[in-house]
Amino acid sequence: MPFALLRYGLASKHRPFRDLPPTPDLKRSYDVVIIGGGGHGLAAAYYLSNHHGIRSIAVLEKGYLAGGNTARNTTTIRSNYLTQPSIRFYKEAVSLYETMSSDLGFNVMFSQRGQLTLAHSEATMRSFHLRAAMGKHLGTRIEVVDPQTVRELCPHLNMDIGGQHEVLGGLWHADGGTARHDAVAWGYAKRAAEKGVEIHQRTTVTAIRTAGDKVTEVVTDRGTIRAGQVMQAAGGLNGQMAELAGFPLPIRCMTLQAMVSQPLKPFLDTLVSSANLHTYLVQSSRGEIVIGGASDPYQLASTRSTFDQKEHLAEGALHLFPFLHNVRLLRQWAGIVDTTPDYSPIMGASPLQNYWLDAGWGTYGFKATPVSGKYMAQTIATGRVPDMIAPFALDRFDRFALLNEMGATAASH
Amino acid sequence: MTERLNAPWGSRIDRSRRLDFSFDGKPAQGFAGDTVASALLGSDRWVLSRSFKYHRPRGPLTMAGQDSNTLVQIGAEPNVLADRHPLAAGLAVSAQNTTHGADRDLNSALDRFGRFMPVGFYYRTFFGPRKSSWLRYWEPLIRKSAGLGRIDTALPPAHYRKQNLHCDVLVVGAGPAGMAAARTAALAGAEVVLVDSEPETGGALTYGRYADSLLREQREALESAGVRILLGATCNGWFADNFLPVLQGDLLWRIRAAQVVIAAGTQEQPLVFRNNDLPGIVTASAVQRMLRHYGVRPASRSVVFAGTPHGAMAALDLAEAGVPVAAVLVPAEARLPEALLSELRAEGLRIVEAASVVGAQGTRGNRRLKSLRIETPAGQESLHCDLAVIDAGSTPGYQLPLHAGAKLGFDEVSQTYSLTNLPASMRLAGSVAGIHGIDSVIRSGEIAGSNAARALGLAADAPPALPDADAGFHRTYPVPPAHNQGRDFIDFDEDLQVKDIVNAVADGYAELELVKRYSTVGMGPSQGRHSALATAKIVAEATGRSVAQIGITTSRPPFGPEKLGLLAGPQHNHARLTPMDGWHRDAGAKMIPAGIWWRPLYYGASAEVVADEIRTVRDGVGMLDVSTLGKLAVRGPDAGAFLDRIYTMAHEKQPVGRVRYCLMLNEMGSVIDDGVAYRIGPEEFYVTATTGAVDRVFAEMSLLNAQWRMKVDIQNITAAFAAINVTGPKARQVLQALESDIDLTADGFPYLEGRTGHLAGCPVRIMRIGFTGELSYELHTPRSYALTLWNALLEAGAPQGLKPYGLEASRILRLEKGHIIIGQDTDALSSPDELGMEWALSKKKPYYIGKPAVEKRRGLGLQRALIRFELSPEDGAKLGESCLVLRGGEPAGFVTSIGVSPGLGRMIGLAYAHPEDNRPGARITLRDRAGTNVEATVVAHAFYDPENKRQEM
Repeated sequence: MPFALLRYGLASKHRPFRDLPPTPDLKRSYDVVIIGGGGHGLAAAYYLSNHHGIRSIAVLEKGYLAGGNTARNTTTIRSNYLTQPSIRFYKEAVSLYETMSSDLGFNVMFSQRGQLTLAHSEATMRSFHLRAAMGKHLGTRIEVVDPQTVRELCPHLNMDIGGQHEVLGGLWHADGGTARHDAVAWGYAKRAAEKGVEIHQRTTVTAIRTAGDKVTEVVTDRGTIRAGQVMQAAGGLNGQMAELAGFPLPIRCMTLQAMVSQPLKPFLDTLVSSANLHTYLVQSSRGEIVIGGASDPYQLASTRSTFDQKEHLAEGALHLFPFLHNVRLLRQWAGIVDTTPDYSPIMGASPLQNYWLDAGWGTYGFKATPVSGKYMAQTIATGRVPDMIAPFALDRFDRFALLNEMGATAASH
Repeated sequence: MTERLNAPWGSRIDRSRRLDFSFDGKPAQGFAGDTVASALLGSDRWVLSRSFKYHRPRGPLTMAGQDSNTLVQIGAEPNVLADRHPLAAGLAVSAQNTTHGADRDLNSALDRFGRFMPVGFYYRTFFGPRKSSWLRYWEPLIRKSAGLGRIDTALPPAHYRKQNLHCDVLVVGAGPAGMAAARTAALAGAEVVLVDSEPETGGALTYGRYADSLLREQREALESAGVRILLGATCNGWFADNFLPVLQGDLLWRIRAAQVVIAAGTQEQPLVFRNNDLPGIVTASAVQRMLRHYGVRPASRSVVFAGTPHGAMAALDLAEAGVPVAAVLVPAEARLPEALLSELRAEGLRIVEAASVVGAQGTRGNRRLKSLRIETPAGQESLHCDLAVIDAGSTPGYQLPLHAGAKLGFDEVSQTYSLTNLPASMRLAGSVAGIHGIDSVIRSGEIAGSNAARALGLAADAPPALPDADAGFHRTYPVPPAHNQGRDFIDFDEDLQVKDIVNAVADGYAELELVKRYSTVGMGPSQGRHSALATAKIVAEATGRSVAQIGITTSRPPFGPEKLGLLAGPQHNHARLTPMDGWHRDAGAKMIPAGIWWRPLYYGASAEVVADEIRTVRDGVGMLDVSTLGKLAVRGPDAGAFLDRIYTMAHEKQPVGRVRYCLMLNEMGSVIDDGVAYRIGPEEFYVTATTGAVDRVFAEMSLLNAQWRMKVDIQNITAAFAAINVTGPKARQVLQALESDIDLTADGFPYLEGRTGHLAGCPVRIMRIGFTGELSYELHTPRSYALTLWNALLEAGAPQGLKPYGLEASRILRLEKGHIIIGQDTDALSSPDELGMEWALSKKKPYYIGKPAVEKRRGLGLQRALIRFELSPEDGAKLGESCLVLRGGEPAGFVTSIGVSPGLGRMIGLAYAHPEDNRPGARITLRDRAGTNVEATVVAHAFYDPENKRQEM
């Protein structure tokens, strides 16, 4: 038994860990205001306060801490993307996850059991070969595997030999894994708060006041704040938030749904994903089978779940693992994903000088939490966009310099 | 087997049919009509499971499938509710998550280590001492302890069904309120469906202390009203527009109702005290079900906590059944009807006023309740008992209304939830609406039923509401401060105690959603049914807010766990087959899936035949089944103008009888589809699209047509027509050998023209186009004629050596011509300029989709270009599609298509490369799949017949 627990158990009374301080009163002014108390906003606050010595920071959260897409995603962490900027970026995300628990002193339960994506068509095989070639070139652990290896990696999988969804091969990404999503946000919040970062829950931004090309004040339902620098990391509300700041973002909101089964003894070690069936499965550390897929095929800013998506995901899951038919589903939920035309995020400069964007995270925001926090903090602290995130600039849409990741995000998140 | 109570106790069991089964390997018996749980209780076996974290013994709590204590494994099926599952002979039942069974679980020592596992403990530790310790050591260890049931990976598939059902009124819950609502609505003329998860109608009337005649009357009245009744059927959620899935065995009903009446009753709440989870502590309705449904003698000595009239009635039931009742505890806050108290006194039962429960003690290993410690103003007292019936009030069955957007209010006086803000088409009836007296419950059902009927436009007058005889008697009870020795459970599923919730708030997780996420309260299989209220009360207390302000966490479907198999349904494989599919298979074709279609890859045992198929086309004549091509009919006065906006070439001025290439861009100027348009008449185009894209193209065209309001009609006629491409230098001879009203001579039917007429008696649309670079005719014919035409072609072509060829040959044939395949040689960023397809862009048209972007991108300069390359097959042996093109060691592009041309003896391909390398003779570097760099030569023109003479013969 770890020492900390022994010490805790032998103490007579619960000494609160005080991970999250209560919401304080708003001050009149902060050096940095971060709009959005999700993983990204909190990670940026952590890096600003712990690595750049900036302490006057307010994180504004409309609801409860990390209750948006940080709370709703299915926690896949991977770097098997297609374009060089993406692979470099997510590769660093994976390595930050590898040491996150000890860096934060908070166990985020990163579990690196690898991701297996399945190909049921030659077109998918072609895309796997390209992702593998790019990934290898940049030093990630990724390879195209044959059906025999697929069988070894995932012994219970239905290979559907001769069927319409015969497994022709797979993309094996040994770096892939999962983490406890809430813990990531809480760990960042705890360590940021220790350095004086204020976290304001139930605080809604209602207006953003500008003078010329600068933001002067952030207006909230709890008072108005002067801000030196403002960062927007508002998840599904990113489009609306940018409108408040006076400029549009090329973002469409879609609903993304997922569901989990009752907890079962572990039988599935890897993350398994099928782009053709729009389904992926992973068994959580609680033993629940988490099942997800592609976002709903129409624009909607709603977190309601639908029965047809549940039916669709069940069909996909049972196609891959037919013996799961008597396993019971426990919960289904939905989040609003802010999707860009090229399925890559928007980071860095906005049309306003002191207003920084961390938006367009679609279905891939959670895995980027530490790395976006790190480089957004660097951007805000230095006023310069680092090379790592420069390719994700908003103006790439004017330059047609898109980072197309549609094929690498379709059902894998 | 211990004896059961005599009839009329045990209404559901058939004492003449004994059933043998086993639990944890030991034999057990029950009767037909028992559930697994009632049979075990009948054998005096109360420990059905072990708790998730501490492995504490657990027994039935609700007897209605509402708690997790009865989750067992039955055969290969994990997580089965033993208090719902009907007993059958030979069932092999076992406890889950135990070592050596429920009764003697070796993991029960964990119970003593609880103090070392504070709430959220796993966030604090397990990640040391080294950075790799978590992944190497702790994670696998924790993973092993996860989960309850075991999965049988060899389980054969089962049969599940789905059925759609539309009705006027869906009534959820067949208790007295639901029966009345269904009856009233049906008598007013509505089509009514009544669902209940129990195997019989009647709800509380079947187990509660009501006159037998009442159940009989209500059932008779319902029967004559003509209601469709689904029993053993659980309505598991509400979705938008009154879509309600109902689970009934292996059948999923997908119900769409105009009006919904929720008569789902209530969920009884546990009382919080130390060891409140011991087997033998049950709800009031649970003990009534044990007695009336199953004739189980539940105890040798019982104590009843009567927080509402239900508890008092359960005490009377116990006494009547001959079970000793040591005491009836009446808490200080309770108000009970005087008549009921008199009855208790008349029975000679000891009534303990102003009593509260402070704790319970168990027998050895906590396998059964031994005594209850109570407190009154006079002091504390221990009551010896092996059954404690807890009636501490209830929460309404709020789940479905909350799914539908209702709001949950909280009354501070009675400490109960109430529902408001229901959607217009949803009504509540009975105790879910806070109505408890039986007469007013039935009346509330009648009112809801007639109001639902009126909302449908039927004539129905709602009777007046009756005053609730039970008003003021129903309430819930406070959660005491955390017991210093703990084990005062809030959430039985997750083994959470009062202090865990208190500590979660103290640790900073002060919002209810955060409490849930941090402590996992309410996340177990019973989804907070018994923990939500208690948790809200603790959080309210700890944060100085009201229970109403705290609310409950978002309630989402499903209400209860539902099988994946039911959701998936029969799992039909949807495939589309061309009319020649059977012919291909008979001819020994290797078939492969192409999206939703199946297509022949080649005709033979191995891919070696592909070279022959290619040679047949180049030297003689071959034919390819291209029925999977997307086909659209675009008709109307604006048809040409419409296509002018959709595609890049000029169609408005396209002459009738001419066929023109179609290239479709998106607004980014990227190529998304191609095909051809054959102008059949001034107002009619026959347009093809790629197999995979046609549905998307059709949807996009329909949307744009609606926006542009042009005089155009578009139909997707892909399924109506089949198509055959006859190609090769001898193609014309083959066609001319068939009877036809079309002039098939070279002059009469030149390249890029279309003709409509007959061929071999089949109505056809013929286009002189092809993918192979040879003289080609694409014959489109109604699906029903296709096989006839195919066979006629085979026969007529026999002298010329006509043979069918497959997809693989087709790919090489087109690659030899340098033609691209959209989706393979293009990606989301491919512009016509990158593809060298400037020739397909009309320069005269003011607009087509993507034109502004094409022009803007042209101004920005090319980043890459699709080039043609060749090398020797030996050098390229390990090359494949998607291999990188390197320039200065960095990726500059990738191979999109590659193959060996048997005619040329060279490996040829298409690749994205740096635009500067797009010149004949340039050398490019490719990294093959073995990681070796190989060089290839750029070719400027088509590999085969660069002058394009053969296709125009």
